[in-house]
Amino acid sequence: MSLLTITFAVVLSVAALVFALGVARKIRSYARTPAPLKIPTTPAPTSSAGVGWRMARELVFFESLFKSSKWTWIFGWTFHAALLLVLLRHARYFQEPVWLPVVLIQPFGTYAGFAMVAGLGGLWARRWLVDRVRYISTPSDHLMLALLLAIGLTGLGMRFVKHTDIVAVKAFMLGLPRLDWQPLPSDPVLLVHLALVALLMAIFPISKLLHAPGLFFSPTRNQADNAREQRHIAAWASALDKKA
Amino acid sequence: MATAAFDTPKLKSYPVIPLVQAGAMSHLKPFVAAAPIQKAIGFPEQLVDDWQDKAIAKMGELLGKYRSLQVYMDACVHCGACSDKCHYFLGTGDPKNMPVARQDLMRKVYRRYFTFAGKYFPKLVGAVDLTREVLDEWYSYFNQCSECRRCSVFCPYGIDTAEVTMAAREIMDSVGMGQKYSNEIIGKVHRIGNNLGIPGPALENTLEGLEEDTKEDTGLDIKFPLNVKGAEVLLITPSADFFSEPHVESLIGYAKVFHAAGISWTLSSHASEAGNFGMFIGNYEQMRAISLRVREAALELGVKRIVVGECGHAWRVAYSFWNTLIGPFDYLDPRYPVPQHICELTDDLIQRGALQFDKEANDSRIITFHDSCNVARASRMGNLPGGQFVIPRRIITSVANHFHDMAPQTIHESTFCCGGGGGLLTDDLLELRVKGALPRMEALKGVVDEHGVNFMATICAICKAQFTKVLPYYGFNMSMVGGVHQLVSKAIRLGDK
Repeated sequence: MSLLTITFAVVLSVAALVFALGVARKIRSYARTPAPLKIPTTPAPTSSAGVGWRMARELVFFESLFKSSKWTWIFGWTFHAALLLVLLRHARYFQEPVWLPVVLIQPFGTYAGFAMVAGLGGLWARRWLVDRVRYISTPSDHLMLALLLAIGLTGLGMRFVKHTDIVAVKAFMLGLPRLDWQPLPSDPVLLVHLALVALLMAIFPISKLLHAPGLFFSPTRNQADNAREQRHIAAWASALDKKA
Repeated sequence: MATAAFDTPKLKSYPVIPLVQAGAMSHLKPFVAAAPIQKAIGFPEQLVDDWQDKAIAKMGELLGKYRSLQVYMDACVHCGACSDKCHYFLGTGDPKNMPVARQDLMRKVYRRYFTFAGKYFPKLVGAVDLTREVLDEWYSYFNQCSECRRCSVFCPYGIDTAEVTMAAREIMDSVGMGQKYSNEIIGKVHRIGNNLGIPGPALENTLEGLEEDTKEDTGLDIKFPLNVKGAEVLLITPSADFFSEPHVESLIGYAKVFHAAGISWTLSSHASEAGNFGMFIGNYEQMRAISLRVREAALELGVKRIVVGECGHAWRVAYSFWNTLIGPFDYLDPRYPVPQHICELTDDLIQRGALQFDKEANDSRIITFHDSCNVARASRMGNLPGGQFVIPRRIITSVANHFHDMAPQTIHESTFCCGGGGGLLTDDLLELRVKGALPRMEALKGVVDEHGVNFMATICAICKAQFTKVLPYYGFNMSMVGGVHQLVSKAIRLGDK
């Protein structure tokens, strides 16, 4: 087995673990941190079903972003929707037999790659062109976009410019979780693509990509407006009642 | 202190997002609380020696106590959706008044001390040490946020800068860097019972005077009861309602509503304040202690209902937090919401046909309504979401003939703060208050030009005081602002007149 295969097998496995454990740790800390006061941004739904619907609209349509900035919404929503299709499309490299919806999504996933890159391009352009957004952008904001863009472009390169040995890649991927390492093609575009994906997974739990789990734990969005009807009290706050 | 000269922004006929002017407001900060003020409410008297360690420890404590803070420190992606939403940015152009940048003042410290990336790659993620310069910047810019939550409406993750501002003020208080205006007022509430520091006898005197004035006006014995045991309703209203113009006009309005509906009511000298500055400084214990006065008064007087007067942040604390802080309210009449807003009470009476009005009495007024930020975005009235927009307007159109809303992007949940909320209603921040009022003034100018509006009704003591002060800077008459119950007061039929 080549050093290359071993290196990538280890790096990808570790990155996936860092991603899964890191995000799980963050989610656990969000879930364990109390929200002592009712702070939904009103008007807010008064029932938990209503909250579910509000969260669904945020998740699927980026409703609040739509209200605030149409350009950011167009680019941001396009990028995320395209990313979802692309990820679903990639599921076929990790399963055998391939799940029917994943088969059906293939053609859409392919072209979504372009939409994803276009969305990222638009988001990056805003960081240069809008003076307010330029002011708040840190180096990591730019690098994050560069990273995603590079992943998208190398992916498109393998699909539309120079194919890689995808059958071998799939065998490699299927072998990873079973620790049954299969040789990885030494195609440089593929290697760059995979290395960057590993980097993305590894930094996910320590970066602003935490906005993904964060959305679900945002009290201004996930609380029902029922403060008068239901007494809401966190443990540390209720301890004050006992002291008094 | 004479305020340094500044230019009042020009009103444009359509809103323009200003270009970033770095440092435009960096000179402005409120007076720091002196030792006696700090001591009175249990904060260190001055900046403590090991303030840096203490501040970081406090931040860690708050991150563990408030999910909002923890999630909001992590979740921001710098998308810029909020960057043109804050009235203080729109009025000043100072980029640190963009919600995201204001939050980043804390986030960059959070990253440095609490995240892997910030510990090992600070430059990359914009993490910095908590230096004296950073602390001073906190003091300046976290006292340029009115906790109005407009940014949280537009953030794709609902990040609420108010939560961050409250945490920052709490951290600064804990190391001895308090804000004079807010902390002095909190001391007064504990010592005397209200923000204005009106002692019981003076309050009694004032209310007697109001009874006489109202008798002169109406020929009727309309009561302003104080400390009446066994009254049906305990009214908790901002103390400004007792002394300030135009606030007092609304207090007279409440009294007339109670009179016309035959509801017995009382004020309390122990809890003669609806406002709760404990929220402004993000201190849960203070907020709770101030609220407890209401519980004590309600139990002492044996009332069946608690009604809250026209006050924005107060209504947030009452509506959203009281049940948590001083509940349960099992000793009150369960047929009524606890607490109930005076507008809910009046509206309910109107809907049931229990009040009659001579709408023509308000014909000289062409009215618009300013949604107060904390009523709009942090509370509700009635049973349906958005009732806080419907009910005050329904009252106005029941008591007056001429009403026009301001531009849709400036009302309801998109309303602009008056510019003086969240503990900033102090003359040492006058420049900020005037400039922060710009978006509201532009929207007002729109309806003044188009419909000849000459009265802006609102239901917040701070809005009323702030607009009275800043309207003249923009060429408007200060008496243009007033309460919803001021309009009610004018038109209500009191029966035997």
